[in-house]
Amino acid sequence: MVSIRSIPSTPSSLTPGDLPWIIEHREDRCTLCGRCTAVCPVYAIKLTYMRQRMPRLVLTSNERGSAFRTFVGIRQKTEIANKCIGCGTCAMVCPNSAIRPVANPMADRFRFQSTVGGEPVKRGGRRNDPAPGLLDKIIFNRISMLTDPALDAGRHEFFLNTLLGRVLSPEEYIRRKMAGEWIPPVREIFPFIIGSMSFGALSPNMWLGLLQGVAYCNEVLGIPVVMATGEGGCPPWVLKSPFLKYIILQIASGYFGWDEIIRAIPDMQCDPAAIEIKYGQGAKPGDGGLLMWFKVSKLIARLRGVPEGVDLPSPPVHQTLYSIEESVMKMIQTMSMAWNFRVPVYPKISGSNSAKSVLNNLVRNPYASGLLIDGIDGGTGAAYNVSMDTMGHPIASNVRDCYLDLCAQGKQNEIPIFAAGGVGKTGNVTQNGMALIMLGASGVHMGKYMMQAAAGCLGSEQNRCNVCNIGICPKGITSQNPKLYRRLDPDQVAQRVVDTFMAIRTEMKKIMAPLGRSQSLPIGMSDAIGISDESAANRLNIKYVC
Amino acid sequence: MCRLALKTASEPFSPFTVLQAMEAMQEGYDGSGLGLLLRGLQFTDYSYKPGDPVFSGIAHTEDALFRLHAFMQNRGFGLKYDHEYEVNFSKIEAKDRHKYILRVYNKPVAWANLSEEEVEYQMMLIRLALRKDGDDHGGDLTVFSFWPDVAMIKEVGWPLGVGEALGLDSHRIKSRICMAQGRQNTNWGINLYACHPFFIQGIATMTNGENTAFIPIKDWLTGKGFPAYVGYQSDSEVFAHILHYVVKQLKLPLEAYKHIITPLKSEELKVHPQGDFLLGLRDACRRLIIDGPNAVIGTLPDETCLLVMDAKKMRPATIGGKPGEWAIASEMCGVDAMIPDRDQSLDFQPMRQHTVIVPPDRQEFKIWSQFDQFHLPQAA
Ligand code: SF4
Ligand code: SF4
Repeated sequence: MVSIRSIPSTPSSLTPGDLPWIIEHREDRCTLCGRCTAVCPVYAIKLTYMRQRMPRLVLTSNERGSAFRTFVGIRQKTEIANKCIGCGTCAMVCPNSAIRPVANPMADRFRFQSTVGGEPVKRGGRRNDPAPGLLDKIIFNRISMLTDPALDAGRHEFFLNTLLGRVLSPEEYIRRKMAGEWIPPVREIFPFIIGSMSFGALSPNMWLGLLQGVAYCNEVLGIPVVMATGEGGCPPWVLKSPFLKYIILQIASGYFGWDEIIRAIPDMQCDPAAIEIKYGQGAKPGDGGLLMWFKVSKLIARLRGVPEGVDLPSPPVHQTLYSIEESVMKMIQTMSMAWNFRVPVYPKISGSNSAKSVLNNLVRNPYASGLLIDGIDGGTGAAYNVSMDTMGHPIASNVRDCYLDLCAQGKQNEIPIFAAGGVGKTGNVTQNGMALIMLGASGVHMGKYMMQAAAGCLGSEQNRCNVCNIGICPKGITSQNPKLYRRLDPDQVAQRVVDTFMAIRTEMKKIMAPLGRSQSLPIGMSDAIGISDESAANRLNIKYVC
Repeated sequence: MCRLALKTASEPFSPFTVLQAMEAMQEGYDGSGLGLLLRGLQFTDYSYKPGDPVFSGIAHTEDALFRLHAFMQNRGFGLKYDHEYEVNFSKIEAKDRHKYILRVYNKPVAWANLSEEEVEYQMMLIRLALRKDGDDHGGDLTVFSFWPDVAMIKEVGWPLGVGEALGLDSHRIKSRICMAQGRQNTNWGINLYACHPFFIQGIATMTNGENTAFIPIKDWLTGKGFPAYVGYQSDSEVFAHILHYVVKQLKLPLEAYKHIITPLKSEELKVHPQGDFLLGLRDACRRLIIDGPNAVIGTLPDETCLLVMDAKKMRPATIGGKPGEWAIASEMCGVDAMIPDRDQSLDFQPMRQHTVIVPPDRQEFKIWSQFDQFHLPQAA
């Protein structure tokens, strides 16, 4: 046995086989073009000189017994900071299919060393829970094709839109109409909404692509899609453009971007779709937003009114927040007033056991326009691992409880509940969304799904990629570095946005037609859904089917 | 499938003639039952005084009948007339029928000071209390209606057979309006309460077709907390309750019913003369939008009759007749059977935007299109 010292071993020494992703490199195919190493966002691979011994049979005594060959090859780094994230960008650029990341089939040792430096792991993206979600298991089983003339998804007309805004009770509506009083603003929108992703978190090309796609859906296809900004405002040209009506502006605890927005109000050509007040987020309940310094570019700094290149953490709570009543009342009313009560204002909260108490508070606030609940499977640009993976509440039962609570009060038409957090996590976006709608949601927000569908985000629940927080997004989706975001063509993103919404629209009809529904969105149509998990069925108050 | 027939005439007629018309449409139903609603009553052996409440139901035991009697007496109702059906029990499929009840009462003296609205509310509470009493006693009392000038019968079997078994062919009861339905319950098991027509505070509807939006509508109506928004043994019951809600609670004109159950599209409302009001009304009443192929036939306490189509006109329905006498049926042959001597070329089959209204004078029917303006006394 050799002496201890001669083995370079520290507690944190790792080998490639200890990492979550292992690079498989085929030297026989590699032409050493160097593209993979140039493109790797975390410098996980290196071109390196290596020496190989070539044993030979020695016949003469003045020759040595072995010769050595020197060659250039590719090797995976094992330093913590350079661990491969499995993004596969190397495989994408390799002309000879010589390299690819492979998920480590064993439990990696990296996870025990990831805290080197004393800082817990932070990342962007999503919760690492690859299991199919509960929503995927919900099926639509109230088929009415035989009891009546059947609907034809391809031929009949379908009403797929939902309402965003405070809806009065019929009695109160008629009374106010008679008296000429204020009627709260209501928007008729497509029930699948592009969830809040901030202009700082997303690259300008991504943002532009999304907006272009949304505008096309509205203006050419007649699908009234809206998209929400995260915290951090909105580019000034958008604020003053007619596209603002497709945008839900978010205000969060840092109030970033709001100077710019308020100053633009006199120049606005139209009102925004709505104002979202973020009190919490599904992916990281209890944490405010965090825009890391890498992403605070010149433009972002200007929009947010801060110096360039500094970390921008938002406080975990609104500084004005003393109680729900006070905060909700103050903020909702202030924001409503800013647009002269013409724009719906609603809060967004993290999924939680306490969601009902917020909801009940909103019911009594005449200006509250809805409630968005973001479940544990929601995504984010940056958060601690522990928050993302373990904090929060799954969305299905949270929405269901809130809906049934509203039903008991007869208020389910007055305060729309929107659901978010894991919608389309496994790709079944329409099915997931419609399941939530039948559980009682008026619509759903989807963020990660849009990034994956519209821009080819590489992230997955197997902790693939998920480096959105540090500005090195290999697809150019969540980076402010022009070298990276130029990889993303806004036109192509727009095209994919349109493809996505056209497909969702068709699938919605394919779900609604056999259920005999076409005249209105089947919100709360819980008799139409079933699940083969008895405890989930009991919990959600839907049918158990087997 | 359900088959519907309604006849309204200035001269009272026997419901048996309507049952004969149902026979003409017999291919369409499974004979699982019959529901009848008579309005504008006339008895050969009793002169009915308008305004006296009439109780309709079935007592399945002597005890139930006794309790009914005691209940009414305790609340100060005086029994004025007890109609004896000439029942041939051997022809009735169900074996637990003790007595088919049709009784006319005197209103309690204590009600003299109540407003009309309060009296209507009290009558409704009486009906609900009796229904609950039946339910609490193993369902031994089935309660259909308690309202002036309205009689109801619901029974399992072939409509004509049921009519014969109840002796309706002796024509001792006549009425100016008769609504009849051969029942098949779309959503649930066989239950007399699931049988059309549905009745609430003088308003009655019957429908063919399934209402797929039933659960969300039911949840919303239930949440209103109005005592009579209960039951829902059938998906079609909500049509009656929505009509009640529109006319009695919101106090909107009859035309608004169509705008609430099958509202126009946003684009259509934008160019509608009352679009602004109707758009808001649609949003406020969004949970009352019906879905599915339905033709809704209804009658109101003032003897107005109406026929409303679903938003896609997926169900057939025809109205025909002559001044003083009109028939509405889900099948044209039903209209033929009810009023053969009419000018058939004047028959009308409403389209998706139509509400057909036969006013109490029965001189002509009115075709109202949803695209047209209507009179909105309070809110326009
Ligand atoms: S998969 Fe991504 S992180 Fe890993 S080596 Fe390839 S490019 Fe680098
Ligand atoms: S591709 Fe970009 S947005 Fe997607 S997970 Fe990776 S870093 Fe995040």
